[in-house]
Amino acid sequence: MKCGIVVFPGSNCDHDCYHILKHILNQETHWLWHKEEANLESFDLVVLPGGFSYGDYLRAGAIARFSPIMNSIIRFAESGGKVLGICNGFQILLECDLLPGALIQNQSRKFICKNVSVRIENTDTPFTLQCGKNQVLEIPIAHHQGSYYIDPFSLNHLEENGQILFRYCDTSGNVSAESNPNGSVGSVAGVANGGKNVMGLMPHPERCADPELAGTDGQIIFQSLISNS
Amino acid sequence: MAKSFFNPLFQIPNAVDKPKKIRPGPEITPEIVKEHGLTVEEFRRILDLIGRTPNLTELGIFSVMWSEHCSYKSSRPYLRKLPVESPRVLQGPGENAGVIDIGDGLAVAFKIESHNHPSFIEPHQGAATGVGGIMRDVFTMGARPIALMNSLRFGELEEPRTRFLLNGVVDGIASYGNCTGVPTVGGEIYFDACYNGNILVNAFCLGLLKSDRIFLAGAGGVGNQILYVGSKTGRDGIHGASLLASSEFDETTEDKRPTVQVGDPFTEKLLIEACLELFECDWVVGVQDMGAAGLTSSSFEMAHRAETGVSMDLSKVPLREEGMIPYEILLSESQERMLFVIKPGHEKEALAILDKWGLDAAIIGEVIEESCVRIQFEGQEVVNLPIFPVVDGALDLKRETRRPQYLDEVVHISLTEFPDFSSGDRALKKLLACPNIASKEWVYEQYDHMVRLNTLVLPGSDAAVLRIKDTNKAVAISVDCNSRYCYLDPYEGAAIAVAEACRNVVCSGAEPIGLTNCLNFGNPEKPEIMWQFKQAVEGMGDACRFFDIPVVSGNVSLYNETKGDAIYPTPTVAVVGLIENQKLIMTQGFKNSGDQIALIGFTMEELGGTEYLKVMFDRSEGKPPVLDRKHEKQVQDFCRELIQKGLISSAHDCSEGGLAVTVAESCFSPGCQTLGATLTLESTLRNDTLLFGETQSRIVISFPEERINEIEDLAMAFPVDFSLIGKVGGSHFTVTVNGKEVVKQDIEVLKEIWKTSLGNYAG
Repeated sequence: MKCGIVVFPGSNCDHDCYHILKHILNQETHWLWHKEEANLESFDLVVLPGGFSYGDYLRAGAIARFSPIMNSIIRFAESGGKVLGICNGFQILLECDLLPGALIQNQSRKFICKNVSVRIENTDTPFTLQCGKNQVLEIPIAHHQGSYYIDPFSLNHLEENGQILFRYCDTSGNVSAESNPNGSVGSVAGVANGGKNVMGLMPHPERCADPELAGTDGQIIFQSLISNS
Repeated sequence: MAKSFFNPLFQIPNAVDKPKKIRPGPEITPEIVKEHGLTVEEFRRILDLIGRTPNLTELGIFSVMWSEHCSYKSSRPYLRKLPVESPRVLQGPGENAGVIDIGDGLAVAFKIESHNHPSFIEPHQGAATGVGGIMRDVFTMGARPIALMNSLRFGELEEPRTRFLLNGVVDGIASYGNCTGVPTVGGEIYFDACYNGNILVNAFCLGLLKSDRIFLAGAGGVGNQILYVGSKTGRDGIHGASLLASSEFDETTEDKRPTVQVGDPFTEKLLIEACLELFECDWVVGVQDMGAAGLTSSSFEMAHRAETGVSMDLSKVPLREEGMIPYEILLSESQERMLFVIKPGHEKEALAILDKWGLDAAIIGEVIEESCVRIQFEGQEVVNLPIFPVVDGALDLKRETRRPQYLDEVVHISLTEFPDFSSGDRALKKLLACPNIASKEWVYEQYDHMVRLNTLVLPGSDAAVLRIKDTNKAVAISVDCNSRYCYLDPYEGAAIAVAEACRNVVCSGAEPIGLTNCLNFGNPEKPEIMWQFKQAVEGMGDACRFFDIPVVSGNVSLYNETKGDAIYPTPTVAVVGLIENQKLIMTQGFKNSGDQIALIGFTMEELGGTEYLKVMFDRSEGKPPVLDRKHEKQVQDFCRELIQKGLISSAHDCSEGGLAVTVAESCFSPGCQTLGATLTLESTLRNDTLLFGETQSRIVISFPEERINEIEDLAMAFPVDFSLIGKVGGSHFTVTVNGKEVVKQDIEVLKEIWKTSLGNYAG
């Protein structure tokens, strides 16, 4: 699988994504610099990593959507290319309307960094096809603006369309207010576009994919993509 | 001559006034001198050293460079006695950070620094810029920052401002550290009334670098270019570190808010990446962060280290606002700025790298042969000062020392004053709920502690452990100081801080290899405070010599008092340890039901200075625990041996709250399943000292039953005190002493108290 990892000046999970894809999963991996448009035709996957793209002093991802590389990524996505946005990457994908909804401040109004459980809601996407139905993954979150919001009508639409891929849950897979770390509507942790080739999620699968660290649940998302490429 | 100098105190010795070249400014009156925090004696010395009256800008330069914060004039004579050498030390004190060799061609650079006064006035920005400053000190050495830690002290919970300050400081650290992508992996927090009027925020950073690519802060090579990098210079923070941090707090403190700097972590992140890219180039000669005293200290100190001079044109400095005068430009403490010295001919390459990262940069001057700093502004020379008087001219102050009288009152307590208990349940619950002992989860969940995928041991264990990618190695870090011990006995308390920080990294499997300190004390003009300082530095030095740990960097923060009330002496230390094999890392949590629990070390009848006395009787009195250094070393060596042989499942330093709290913490440590424990103790001690006494040099370990004989034999051979005290398992924490049950509690109940207490208060 040929992967590109976008580097915004304030990306800080770019090296982590690179480490997992290149050194742990042995995939061909390239950097994509934010200031330049890129020919992405030969790529199987573009990753928008976590971080604070341009400082995020305005609204997370609000500036990043205007960067030259995003023009290339939007074209890539519209022609069916697979795009994975993690945390800040998810925020950017929402800002440029590749994904529906918005991410607002956590209910606690604080940054939250901890392990959470998420349940797989749809296994029929390139990002989740190796997952079991209702499988529960332990994945860390680390964000301040991670509370997913979308109006009830659209939420319903997402659900019917199978666009909700992950929900926050407890270790046994039960979705409840207690297991929702940030106040996301419907406990949504990750969504896809209608074509299921663009996915954004708040949890960081790259933080639980190196066997030398605790947990490898995040690998299954990358493995799904590899098996599909 | 100016009218004010009719005052005989201001007669200039050997005065040959040379104002022709220097832009004239306002008269230097005694009032102006006083406003600049300089004494009459110091001003006379300036006149002596430079042979003329300084202009206002030059006076400003002396004011910041001779301030306590920058000159260390009270503390320097004592700091010289700290041990600074070991075969691993690549760079000791005197540079931006210390550097220690960890083998495989790699080294770690680290330092801890205070940002106490700004954080009390404006907690969010004060703490945030503290993090920014210490990070710059570390990456200036050529290192990529890989870990942040902090040591925080707040007032008692009942103090109305404590909650606000706690929230602001934690939020400030989180917002800055998280954005830069450097994980905040641990730290310590204490609450005590002595910090009601003066909190402590000490920030630590550790970076990784190649051992043959250390960058130093010298302006070497005449003709080399001075390159300004980073944020534009504004009017913020003028006299921030220098004057704010060099006097006590009083009613006017609120007025000092404008001296607090404002941080921009995004620019810091750009600086890190751009600087690391510049460090790849062989034409970079030297670099220094523009920290306290901004452009002034960086230019003078860099020239001083290289025994050169510097000529700069302030008209070329990127400015944030119009109309700034040289005084402001030189003394601004705007954040996220660096000063580079590069070889001529490479200006374009340098500017291209900085442009790539979207950073402001400008060539503002060059290195000159003459040992002075000459500064032009709009075509006129505004400063022409020799280097030595500014950097090294402040006289070491031989401050008076006197043993404080309070010691006679507080150290003598009799245990008979405190009735012993037959059930320790209530005390155990109160201790687990007390914020000095309770889980710090509410704090560290706000810090990104995982980014960059190196954190092997997450916050909540004795030490943070980070792997060094592409090697088998890992580093362990612990920050520590029990300031109540230091209040009761500064010498012993400081020695214990060293011993305990070492013990913490040993419990994770590491060998301590270096130490950095942050010495937080009251007003040094008071002989009692200087006595505390002297004692603490001696205690720290003696302990470091005994354990063979070099002090490679550090920071002194004095004047930590408000309206005459000083904080407890708080000589915080951060110890860095090296683990050769990542596979042999230990954590504090019990792992398996059925494992044996044992105590390395022994318990003495010591209750003075304990958290137990404070929490149950509101007394901060008595003699603190005694540190037997030889015994301490044996305990640490034995523990590390057990870990390296792969014999044990957990190791936890026994500290605040004593044996009972230590075992309870091992029952519900983060990242491990919750397990009960049963302790069966035989002892002639009182129940309170046995359960909650804080005798030093003790470690609680657990291991599979079949290893009992092997471990006991090792302990005998070592030799070290060792006793089996119980078993892991069940749903309760139970303690039996001499056949009588003194503690029995549902472990989930204890866990809930411990886990939620701090968050309930803060949230």
